[in-house]
Order: sequence, then structure tokens, then C-alpha cells
Amino acid sequence: MDFRSSEHDGSEQHGGGAVRGPRSEDVLPETATTAVKVVIVGGFGVGKTTFVGSVSEIRPLTTEETMTQAGVGVDDTSGVDGKTSTTVAMDFGRISINQELVLYLFGTPGQERFWFLWRGLFEGALGAVVLVDTRRLEVSFDVLGRLEERRVPFVVAVNTFPDAPAYPVEELRTALDLPPSVPIVPCDARNRGSSRDVLMTLMRYLQTLATTQEAS
Amino acid sequence: MSEAGGGDWEENSPERLYVITGGRSGGSAPAELDLVTLIVARSGAKPGMQPEHAAIVQLCQSPLSVAEISAYLRFPVSVVTVLLGDLLADNRIVARAPIPPARLPDRALIEAVIDGLQKL
Ligand SMILES: Nc1nc2c(ncn2[C@@H]2O[C@H](COP(=O)(O)OP(=O)(O)O)[C@@H](O)[C@H]2O)c(=O)[nH]1
Ligand SMILES: [Mg+2]
Repeated sequence: MDFRSSEHDGSEQHGGGAVRGPRSEDVLPETATTAVKVVIVGGFGVGKTTFVGSVSEIRPLTTEETMTQAGVGVDDTSGVDGKTSTTVAMDFGRISINQELVLYLFGTPGQERFWFLWRGLFEGALGAVVLVDTRRLEVSFDVLGRLEERRVPFVVAVNTFPDAPAYPVEELRTALDLPPSVPIVPCDARNRGSSRDVLMTLMRYLQTLATTQEAS
Repeated sequence: MSEAGGGDWEENSPERLYVITGGRSGGSAPAELDLVTLIVARSGAKPGMQPEHAAIVQLCQSPLSVAEISAYLRFPVSVVTVLLGDLLADNRIVARAPIPPARLPDRALIEAVIDGLQKL
């Protein structure tokens, strides 16, 4: 179904009768019953949107939440009185795995205070990809620590920016203080195959974890 | 690349969203709704429905995730889940729950994802 053709143009009142839905080629089949998610985390400009866009079968979409100064995730009473608020956007994309299973990819900023804006962002996730820029390694420390605390399995993808210093993997592992089991892979987020390979690495890592846990 | 759905979120001021949900916050939304819960309408939109409810029902004639509903409606997920709660209570939609967060990643599931990614 294509909502664009059935209603007047796109400049209508939002949430009203004439909402533009997915393009006809983006409509999920009726058989889609199960959805899973992977979170792409990283600092500003590290390539999250690019990564999501390169592997997504739909044009990436955006969801926004408003964060009030008062206390994110602490209260929800911001309501109508105009406290200072910040809008935080999260890009996401989609990959149909088969007729029943759909994988969603969410690109979220590295700061934990944003994560609370989307309830259950990490709780139900299969795992995470941490995008790292070697020019600004320090911004990743906090993210990695938070994911470990939350016991979210993750792999590290090192985006290859032309002017970024190239470190040997083991040097990066030491710098990021990661155990030997956590995969660290190079990535060009602009490239579909490269981004796909990072997701593959994550899935294989999840399998390894499952095997290890079954054995113990 | 243009913004998702030609978005213009500015029109959805906190005041307007407050009116749409009747002042209810995300806390009153059903806990089982995840960003990737797939929503399917049981039937078409009915006359007299709140326009936002009608818009969701119309969008969900085919399965659509909560996150996608948020993106197309240009409402925050916290607002969408309140509206979905209403529709669930009225039996207008079905929520196809995502895989519950498991201690062990489900190996068959991961295997399926790998197979799917290989075909990309
Ligand atoms: N060379 C290179 N550039 C990249 C890569 N990933 C992203 N970029 C560029 O970096 C900029 C920021 O990327 P973006 O995806 O918007 O970052 P975000 O803020 O994390 O969403 C864009 O101009 C991208 O084209 C990469 O893997 N290699
Ligand atoms: Mg971005």
C-alpha cells in the first residue's frame, strides 16, 4: 500500500489523516512476525548514520525524543511548561532477514544520558557495534564501559578515515582496554559490504558467546 | 539525502503532543512495547477515531515497527506508545512482540540472521 498516492500531498497536518507511510517497496510482508535489533553506537561524526544507511533496505528513518534539562529518565513531568529542552534524534534502518524475521539497526549517540530516551533500546538488543574513530579514541572509553556494565555484547568497528592514524589491532585493544575475545575489525561505513561484514562479525561473536555459555 | 519522510518535527511542539496523549506520559504505555515490536491493524480506520489513532491504524495495514510508526507520524516513541496502548486496549491492533531479551542468544535465530546477511 502506498499512502502517498491515496492522500493529498506531504505538507499536511502531522499525525492527522494524511500521513505518508512506507513506500510500496518498503512495506513488510504480512508474514513478518519477529523483529530484532542491533544498536550502532559512537561519537558524533563517527559514521553511525552512514553505516545504517549503507546496509539498510529502506531509506534510513529518524525518531526523535525531547530531553528536558530537569532530569532525563528521572521524571516525565516536563509536560507543557517550557523547560529548556533538547531534541535528540536517532537514525535507524532495516534489513529483512527472511519472510518472518526483520533486523533493525539503530544508530545512537555515545552518551548514556541519551540512551534512556528510548526505553529498552539496549535491553532487547542482540548486541551492539561500537564505531570508533582513531583520531578520537577517548570518546569511546565511556561507551565501552557502559556496554560492559549493561552486559550488552559488542564488537568494535574502526572506521577508516583518510587522515586517521592506523594502529595495529592489538595496540587498539590495549588502548581501549578490551579483552582478547572482543572482535575489533576495520570498517568503511560507506561501503555496504564492509558494514555487512561488521554485522556478520557481531553475529559470529554472539554464536561464540552462546557456545561458551552452553559449555559452562 | 532528504530527512526521513520529509520530516518536520518542529510542528509537533511539546504542547501539541501533550494534548494528543491527554497529558499521559510514556509511563502509562504497555511495557511490552519495544522499539521493534511489529504492529498490525485488525481492520481499517473507523470514523470518529482520534485522528492520531486513525493514522496509526492506516499505517499498520501491513506490519510496521513502533520505531517506524514514530518516524512516519513524526511523534516521539514515548507518544506513539501511549497511542498504541489505547489501540491495544480497544482491540484495534495486534502487537507482534519481539524476541524477549534472553540470557542466551538464541543460536537458531543468530544462524538465521547470518544466512540473511550473507544474501545482502
Ligand atoms: N572515510 C570515511 N568517511 C566516513 C566513514 N563513515 C562516515 N564517513 C563520513 O563521515 C561523516 C560523518 O558521518 P555520519 O554517518 O554522519 O556520522 P554520525 O554522526 O556518527 O551519524 C560523513 O561525511 C561520512 O561520509 C568511513 O568509514 N570512512
Ligand atoms: Mg548521524
